[in-house]
Amino acid sequence: MKAVNVEVTPLPGIGVRKDFALRNGRRIGVVTHRDGKIELIISKSDDPDACLAEIPLTTEEAGALANLLGAPQLVAQLTEEHRDLPGIHTRQIPVGTPFDGRTLGDTALRTRTGVSVVAVMRAGQVHPSPTPDFTLTAGDLMVTVGTSEGLDNAVKILKRG
Amino acid sequence: MDHTALELIELGAVFFTLGLLGRLAGRIGLSPIPLYLLGGLFFGTGGVIPLSGIEGFTTLAGEVGVVLLLLLLGLEYSATELVTGLKRSWTAGLLDIVLNAAPGVAVALLLGWGPVGALVMGGVTYISSSGIIAKVLSDLGRLGNRETPVVLSILVFEDLVMAVYLPILTAVLIGVSLVGGLTAVGVSVAVLAVVLLVALRYGRFVSALVDSPDREVFLLKVLGLALLVAGFASAMQVSAAVGAFLLGIAISGSTAENATKLLEPLRDLFAAVFFVVFGLNTDPATIPPVLAWAIVLALSTTLTKLGTGWWAARRAGIGPLGQARAGAALVARGEFSIVIAGLAVGNAAVDEQLAALATTYVLLMAVIGPVAARMVEPTARWVRSKRPSAAPAPSAGN
Repeated sequence: MKAVNVEVTPLPGIGVRKDFALRNGRRIGVVTHRDGKIELIISKSDDPDACLAEIPLTTEEAGALANLLGAPQLVAQLTEEHRDLPGIHTRQIPVGTPFDGRTLGDTALRTRTGVSVVAVMRAGQVHPSPTPDFTLTAGDLMVTVGTSEGLDNAVKILKRG
Repeated sequence: MDHTALELIELGAVFFTLGLLGRLAGRIGLSPIPLYLLGGLFFGTGGVIPLSGIEGFTTLAGEVGVVLLLLLLGLEYSATELVTGLKRSWTAGLLDIVLNAAPGVAVALLLGWGPVGALVMGGVTYISSSGIIAKVLSDLGRLGNRETPVVLSILVFEDLVMAVYLPILTAVLIGVSLVGGLTAVGVSVAVLAVVLLVALRYGRFVSALVDSPDREVFLLKVLGLALLVAGFASAMQVSAAVGAFLLGIAISGSTAENATKLLEPLRDLFAAVFFVVFGLNTDPATIPPVLAWAIVLALSTTLTKLGTGWWAARRAGIGPLGQARAGAALVARGEFSIVIAGLAVGNAAVDEQLAALATTYVLLMAVIGPVAARMVEPTARWVRSKRPSAAPAPSAGN
């Protein structure tokens, strides 16, 4: 894996810009305002100095985006590890509003579906091996391992409660 | 009608009109400052509806407005940002002073306003409006652009220059000798250095002095301390505004952020009064004679700011389009030009027409600035498409 060199540039009076150059020369990153507001920035293809878009994100939205970007990598790794075990699958499942503020134990996933929760992704952070008293938040992504059928049931439970 | 009732009605009418003007400005994507000035011209001396009886309040409120404008400017930048900004942009900053003060100085001398008038007009044409520029950059989605740090560090430099310039101007206006003027320069530079040092090392103590978990207590402490510092600075002939600016620098971290949030609405209110008072004291009849000069200044200083930004961005390795954007972003003048002119107006050593010229100039520049920032990119692209051989397009791969 090639290391990514993130450039940190102070913006006096506004905040900080953190970005890096992609392989194709475009820049991608975030502008973090003093008051915590985050904007996603992507440079234009024909003018690397300018931005194609500045997309304001709330903390929750930034966290959700970080999950989307970070989870597939984790799932791919786990899938690779379970390759020799036929019938076992890894999947990322979003936590729905019914379990917002409730614990992992409340979902009773293991008892109801046989599915194991390997990790919870929140705001791009991996919380590995969560215990039953781990408190969930809507928008979390659960990285789960189980049979296809069990995983399908788990999706339904986490969505509807 | 009872005296107080009349005053309340007048004040209410002024604020309500300003609110409507501010809304109009927001609709057409302009800074409200030129409209506030127009509002002042409309109500004031020789205007359509002359107001009377509220001068006592509005004059003091206008002074508080200046203190708050400068206090929030100081709060905006941490001492670290100021020091790094100074290191990074001093060459561009010096070019900025030379290029942009020169047109103001030249016009003042041509009009026969003498060295004092030249000093004032130089300041008026030099200082960009960091308020307008920050808003325009954010509205146009340019905060993530690579030329933006260049623009911002020039603004930081300009604000530090203000901290030295305002005490000098104050000293010159009260008619001190050359030695006295040099002493004022020495004292202001020394005080600025001490404040930066204190803010860098011991900023948390100053913050602790005003900080409070209770919003009301915090507001009263910050505002009270700002007015105290401004008042003492003024009594020592240093310029009230600079006292407030230095206090703003000394307050740092989360205290500065909270103070900014609390004081912003107050600043908007009192600064609006300040612009109106400036407009009130300017007789609209004095504008036509200086209009031509204001247009000459507006055009020449638009070009000089474009040149400054272009040069600074070029040195930072920004491409041609970014250079044009950096130049155009710096064009807007606004609140601080009026603060400078406001110090000078009413002084015996300053020509009466200066207020009219400064008002007209800021009216033009506060409108030209945001328009230039918007128009520059389509214009630059169009020019480049007409001359494809002259300037090769930047490659996508940097």
